[in-house]
Amino acid sequence: MSGATEVTDPRSSPLSLAAARRLFRDRPFIPLLILLGFLILINEIASPGIVSAEWVSVMLRAAVPLAILAGCQTLTMLTGGIDLSVSAVASMSGFLVATLVTGPGVPAGIVIALAAAALAGLVTGIGVGVFRVHPLIMTLGMSLVVLGLANAWQLQMVQTNAGVPPALRAVGSQVVFGVLPYSLAVFIPLAVVILIALRRTGYGRLLFAIGDNPIAARLAGARSWQILIVLYVISALMAGIAGFLYSGYTNVASVSLVDSQLLPSVAAAVIGGTSILGGRGGYGGTIVGALILTVIGSLLSSLGYPEAVRQVLFGAIIVAVAAAYTRVTDES
Amino acid sequence: MSAAATPVAARRPAALDQVGPIVRRNAWSLGLLVLLAVLLGFTKFIQPTYGVAGVQGLGTSVLPLALAAAAQAVVVISGGIDLSIGALMALTNVVAAVLMKDQPEQFGVVAVIGVLLLGVLLGATNGALVVVTRVPDIVVTLAMSFVWAGFALLVLGTPGGGSAKWLLDLVTGAFSHDEAIPVIGGALSVIGEWIPKATVVLIVVVAVIWVPLRRSRQGLALYAIGSNPLAAFRSGVSVGRTKILAYGLMGLFAALAGLSLTASTGIGTPVPGPYTLLSVAAVVLGGVSLAGGRGGMFGPILGVVILQLIRTDMTFLDIDTNLATVVQGLILIGVVMVGSLIQLRRARA
Repeated sequence: MSGATEVTDPRSSPLSLAAARRLFRDRPFIPLLILLGFLILINEIASPGIVSAEWVSVMLRAAVPLAILAGCQTLTMLTGGIDLSVSAVASMSGFLVATLVTGPGVPAGIVIALAAAALAGLVTGIGVGVFRVHPLIMTLGMSLVVLGLANAWQLQMVQTNAGVPPALRAVGSQVVFGVLPYSLAVFIPLAVVILIALRRTGYGRLLFAIGDNPIAARLAGARSWQILIVLYVISALMAGIAGFLYSGYTNVASVSLVDSQLLPSVAAAVIGGTSILGGRGGYGGTIVGALILTVIGSLLSSLGYPEAVRQVLFGAIIVAVAAAYTRVTDES
Repeated sequence: MSAAATPVAARRPAALDQVGPIVRRNAWSLGLLVLLAVLLGFTKFIQPTYGVAGVQGLGTSVLPLALAAAAQAVVVISGGIDLSIGALMALTNVVAAVLMKDQPEQFGVVAVIGVLLLGVLLGATNGALVVVTRVPDIVVTLAMSFVWAGFALLVLGTPGGGSAKWLLDLVTGAFSHDEAIPVIGGALSVIGEWIPKATVVLIVVVAVIWVPLRRSRQGLALYAIGSNPLAAFRSGVSVGRTKILAYGLMGLFAALAGLSLTASTGIGTPVPGPYTLLSVAAVVLGGVSLAGGRGGMFGPILGVVILQLIRTDMTFLDIDTNLATVVQGLILIGVVMVGSLIQLRRARA
């Protein structure tokens, strides 16, 4: 929103400092991994013995759904957008499945919930792509619509004894070999598809293109409205999947379950090196960003601070990391 | 909005010549005003008993969100956005409630002034962080919303505190006859009961803070950096300082909104309400462009009243309040879609 003065061209500067900056810019993965290792080390120093197989599995279980939600933000931010409806869509999907257990059953419930999520994404995509509504407003409005409808559905469903189906609970919260959560079986294929799609497919490059320079992309023949509609449907489907994992992880089905994760999802993408202005970033950094946020959360709670102090520190750390990052990557 | 199409007659009185541009410039606000009038008529139609009490309730209930929308409008006009307004309101709300608990009435004045200064300081902190770190404002204010909400919880763990009585009186009820006479004159004092005190407070606050600023050099600079920061910079505007000023003003309005929460509830609540997102909605509904540099205060405040009145109407019609949320969302999307369609048309023509 305020980046009109950001004019950078890393290729024109031959300095080695610029090369280092380019590394940060194009491969944020490596410095972020170092930061993650550093944070884990602090965690271990702060409370010796905390870093164990069990701790790792707890971290992974919390980070996986956050990484998926942050994936929604990464993809939309690449086009210069943002998706503020992910939390509403995710909560709605998890809740819908829980209420459909006794009726149509779990598999049908999942299909219905994903269809509902896709419908919300389709409407958002049409608004953003065809009617050119600002993504912030469109997804904000859509989150109000989804939340309201989910609440109305909740009133209809008061009588039925809804509960998170055991299958989702298993996927969301159980682990194999004491370390690896089942949710990785959902996440790893998804992450691989996103990583490959962004780097190697035409669609992925088009996302970068319309975020970097929408006019140039249009003149080059990209039909941005089609790209955006597909993008927001994908984002809503991913939010739906994250919603299943959250309800399985917490064993709660509520229409506001995922609300608290909206801001961290944006923060994870930003820390991961995706520019909110579009055209720059990737999913690898976002995954590490989600891990970093989860580890920071664990660190703050293991230090025994009350919730209020944790919130303050959490916000301050996000600003600090984002500031350091911008400082390193911006040559302006 | 149809004013743009009317062909200008060759010879018209000079006074009429000025009406056209004014109407055209404020087309969006006038449209909202018509919408509000229609809604009020509709409300009276479905609920014939809707009258003085209803209008007063409306005036009091819209005050916090109207001030939040004013706060958001300042920042959006200057080309930014602030997602920490709800948290700022919670923080100023609890600080005011803690300061005024079991204190003499006069101390309330000191507390209110202190809270307003605090608001300016907190807002300016947001602005300074945006300027210094060069991180996009969405990210900074999003993160700062955690910080301010955390401080609110530190100040007051659970809802509590108190408020000076005069502050409570300031926003509830309407002018009594005696109070109204010096303001609007004896003959018109009947109207007094129709004017909620909260609305008077809102109008006075906005008039005192915004109107002089809007006409000053700084106000122009505010619009300039929102419209085109580079051009503003080259015209000699200090972009960074103006941005901090915008955020400081945002903090002032957010503190006023927080105080209005203290005044309308009598206590402090450390948990942010839904004000951040609703303020963005109201600002957009009020015709302020998210791209910056366009819009005013009047539209967003009208937008808040309209959103609230729709909610009231749906209660009268016995419709589930959850569906009211849906309708608010649909109106938000619909209005913006219509707005951008008009723009697309203009761009093509």
